[in-house]
Amino acid sequence: MSNSKSRAMRLDVKKTYKLFIGGAFPRSESGRTYEVKDAKGEFVANPSLASRKDLRDAVVAARSAHGGWAGATAFNRGQILYRIAEMMEGRSAQFIDEIVALEGLTPSTAKKQVEEAIDLWVWYSGWCDKIGSIYGSTNAVSGSFYNFTIPDSLGVVAVFAPAKPSLLGLVHSLAPVLAGGNTAIVIASEKYPLSAITLSEAIGTSDVPGGVVNILTGSAAELAPWAASHMDIDGIDATGLSAAQEKEVRIAGADNLKRISTFKDGASPQRVLAFMENKTVWHPIGV
Amino acid sequence: MVTTAAALTDGSLSSIKGFLKTLSPVDQVGADARAAMLATRSIKTASKKWAIDMAISMIDLTTLEGADTDGKVKAICNKAIRPDPTDPTVPHVGAICVYNDMVTVARKHLDESGGGDIPVAAVSTAFPSGRASLEVKERDTKDAIANGATEIDMVIDRGAFLSGDLEKVFSEIVYIKSLCADKAHLKVILETGELVTYDNVRKASFLAMAAGADFIKTSTGKVAPAATAPVVLVMLEAVRDFYQMTGVRIGVKPAGGIRTTKDAIKQLVLVKETAGDEWLNPGLFRIGASALLNDLLMQRQKLTSGHYGGANYVTLD
Amino acid sequence: MTFEYSSAPESKAIVTIDPVYKLFIGGEFVAPKAGKTFTTINPATEEVLAKIAYAEKSDVDKAVKAAQEGLKVWSKMAPSERGKYLYRIARIMQERAREFAVLETMDNGKPIRETRDVDIPLAAAHFFYHAGWADKLEHAGVGNNPKPYGVVGQIIPWNFPLLMLAWKIAPALATGNTVVLKPAETTPLTALLFAQVCQQAELPAGVVNIVTGDGATGAAIVNHPGISKIAFTGSTDVGKLIARSVAGTVKGLTLELGGKGANIVFEDAPLDETVEGIISGIFFNQGHVCCAGSRLLIQENIQDELLEKLKRRMSQIRLGDPLDKNTDIGAINSREQLEKITELALSGDAEGAERFSAACTIPAKGFWYPPTFFTGVTQAHRIAREEIFGPVLSVISFRTPQEAIEKANNTPFGLSAGVWTDKGSRILWTAKHLRAGVIWANTFNKFDPASPFGGYKESGWGREGGRHGLAAYLKGAK
Repeated sequence: MSNSKSRAMRLDVKKTYKLFIGGAFPRSESGRTYEVKDAKGEFVANPSLASRKDLRDAVVAARSAHGGWAGATAFNRGQILYRIAEMMEGRSAQFIDEIVALEGLTPSTAKKQVEEAIDLWVWYSGWCDKIGSIYGSTNAVSGSFYNFTIPDSLGVVAVFAPAKPSLLGLVHSLAPVLAGGNTAIVIASEKYPLSAITLSEAIGTSDVPGGVVNILTGSAAELAPWAASHMDIDGIDATGLSAAQEKEVRIAGADNLKRISTFKDGASPQRVLAFMENKTVWHPIGV
Repeated sequence: MVTTAAALTDGSLSSIKGFLKTLSPVDQVGADARAAMLATRSIKTASKKWAIDMAISMIDLTTLEGADTDGKVKAICNKAIRPDPTDPTVPHVGAICVYNDMVTVARKHLDESGGGDIPVAAVSTAFPSGRASLEVKERDTKDAIANGATEIDMVIDRGAFLSGDLEKVFSEIVYIKSLCADKAHLKVILETGELVTYDNVRKASFLAMAAGADFIKTSTGKVAPAATAPVVLVMLEAVRDFYQMTGVRIGVKPAGGIRTTKDAIKQLVLVKETAGDEWLNPGLFRIGASALLNDLLMQRQKLTSGHYGGANYVTLD
Repeated sequence: MTFEYSSAPESKAIVTIDPVYKLFIGGEFVAPKAGKTFTTINPATEEVLAKIAYAEKSDVDKAVKAAQEGLKVWSKMAPSERGKYLYRIARIMQERAREFAVLETMDNGKPIRETRDVDIPLAAAHFFYHAGWADKLEHAGVGNNPKPYGVVGQIIPWNFPLLMLAWKIAPALATGNTVVLKPAETTPLTALLFAQVCQQAELPAGVVNIVTGDGATGAAIVNHPGISKIAFTGSTDVGKLIARSVAGTVKGLTLELGGKGANIVFEDAPLDETVEGIISGIFFNQGHVCCAGSRLLIQENIQDELLEKLKRRMSQIRLGDPLDKNTDIGAINSREQLEKITELALSGDAEGAERFSAACTIPAKGFWYPPTFFTGVTQAHRIAREEIFGPVLSVISFRTPQEAIEKANNTPFGLSAGVWTDKGSRILWTAKHLRAGVIWANTFNKFDPASPFGGYKESGWGREGGRHGLAAYLKGAK
């Protein structure tokens, strides 16, 4: 029968790799896409090539989601981030396949990266409700005043994650931003975007409110200047940019004094603090 | 002006509570800071001389001891008329303040010694505790007035205030005021040391003024703390606000703990920069004190002589 | 006759002002290479106080080299020894407190009561506080082997000259850095007196260097390759300029810039204390305060009552000779600043806001501006948006707590805010939602070395004071 023949050579239903903005998966408003090839140079996908208008839309989504995200209890944020890890775990095979294909790693090396990435995500989830205990303080001022300092979220952060390792590097950058109560716009590695897109699927099926994480695929070189000059972006993780790009981003970012950091690697609560503010409050103690 | 004093409350508990609730709260730390800042004012030379003389004229020279005798009271009356026998330019004090059974001898002695224009104030209503029946308080007041007191310094029932029986506090003031009628002005002693919080001082001040007080007074002088700067500040703010509401100026009398010229001048600065210059006269501001007078005299002497004085150059009484 | 305060002047005799001042480099006072000077005046009288050395690029270079030499000694020292130098400095500042206070008043124009009771004690306290950190850096939250940056360049403003110097130098030294500091052009004298204190404390040569000059001197510091970190307090515009200058370098940078603080008053506020907080918020230091409560957000239902109280209270503000102990408001620091304030206030008139000024007698000489507020101000007025840096308050009304928060946060600045209410939960709710680095609840303009100070958004980067401020001078594991 014709069925058995068609079953033997089943055509797979290929994924359309779209952007992740405001909890939805739109294509780029520009209609543009670009080719991603695997480590052997073979065609893999046509992800959207995000435009500055997509970035603009992502900022709008991130800003409107910030109030709710920062206003949730830290414990609640930790729970939501942990659920993302649950969803990531469920997609381990997908992550591994994509890393093997694009980065040209062996399956066992890729598996190690994925496991490390998920465990790192879990680690940062646990920081949400502890950062204040360790890095906040009550301050012994002279006078009858109660004075305390607490870390507070910064706002909307654009993340230029490093190209490789494509999932682990992204987690190193994104997880601490979220743990600090910020909302994020990730500009995925142009050459290795698939981990980011799979991550967006994991996030899309978790409890994260729409707009807390937004993921754009495209050209950092094209989008970085627009992110740097956007007056409604509060911070930038420029780790994935070149030194020259970083310098330009810092110059343009000075217009609204964005908090801009790059990191060599290493998991640390300092990465959460890098995108947080400190708020100090005074109140008299009296009858 | 918003209203009349009488219209502020009808004297029922719910009405008094409702009225007091409209008052703004007081932040203790902030009030302390304001009083401390005003205490840094530097009053020198001509302004100091003016302040010393004004303070002397505001003193209610007081003796309220169980051991008071006719002799003691006569001596204090002489001092009131002639604070410094060597210097006739020194003004006489604002009033004499004694227990009601000393009023007769005080009034007689003042009249016979050239102090006819110095009023005699009597403490009343079971001073200092206020713990007695209304009949006793009534008798206390009537005796004082009959004996010649033209000022009555009554105490409020602090127990009633702190337990929330505001109607009792209010009605007692109204009643004693009715006994004073046009014969005496009424000072209402809040005993701020027992009220403790500035919120209570503010509320008690307004309660007393709404009930008819002519003066609100900080303390009996028998309980510490007495007239601290922040407490006087809060009371001056109350009389200022009361004036804004009703167009009526009520006087303020700090009593107890004001011993030095520096203390007295700080009080005058508080008055000037809180209620205003209109209160800087004995008609609206008195200081209940005894030892203060001699310190004022010594400072006065220093201003004219240029050097520091000693205890032998002012009279004991 | 009314109670008029006679003049009560603080004596100037305690201060000796030299006719000419040199730069303080490598532990000594040295003349600038090109021998140029500029003058500093007393803004209350316009009299010239002294000639000040002008540091050019080569002088800055010399200072950086001296700081590098100083670093060799300073970094080898046991941390507890560094701490003891800071204790010495704190003690000497206290000993010479009156001298510092009079000098600060003469050079800056602010009242002697403020320099005596606020500026100088706080400055000494900063050194005391940070002295105790010197040997405890592994507890500063930057890892257990933190390192100093090296030579730090510090540029400070004219509004709290000695205090800003203390905020910069104390943590820098406590963390093992050495310093090249430029005081503001109009207020160099207390920094130069501080240099004498360094000598009296026997601070090793080169650990502190003071270079006087103007914006070009500051730029030379910022751009010098030997400077590893910069700390700047000043205008937002210059802060952005510096941020652009260091892009592409590895220099650390902290900024403490401008503000347009919202002072929010709810209907249940303790009104008299609130009025004091408003007065302190905008008229203290002649309004030359980055964290000034320059926008008064009043709940509409108490607006009339509060403004009446405010007017009455303003009538008691004493403006005049800063050396008079009873003066509340002193001189505007410079003619230039007075022009800025005047221009912005006039824009308030032009844009339809209603002006009220305290009736003050303005002295014939010097730079003065009476305490002023504008009512009928909305967010769209320039005086609601731009930092005036003078004794001018913009009054805006609100109806609900949400509206108050939205209006308070609707600004590119985020340095400070105030909230006045008797309700505990509302204090904390408001503090939680205000996007500002320092929030004063039922108080205002309180400072302490243990309390981290700094802004969100365009009010700056980083904090000064407390553990958080200390950490900015250390490099740890990232």
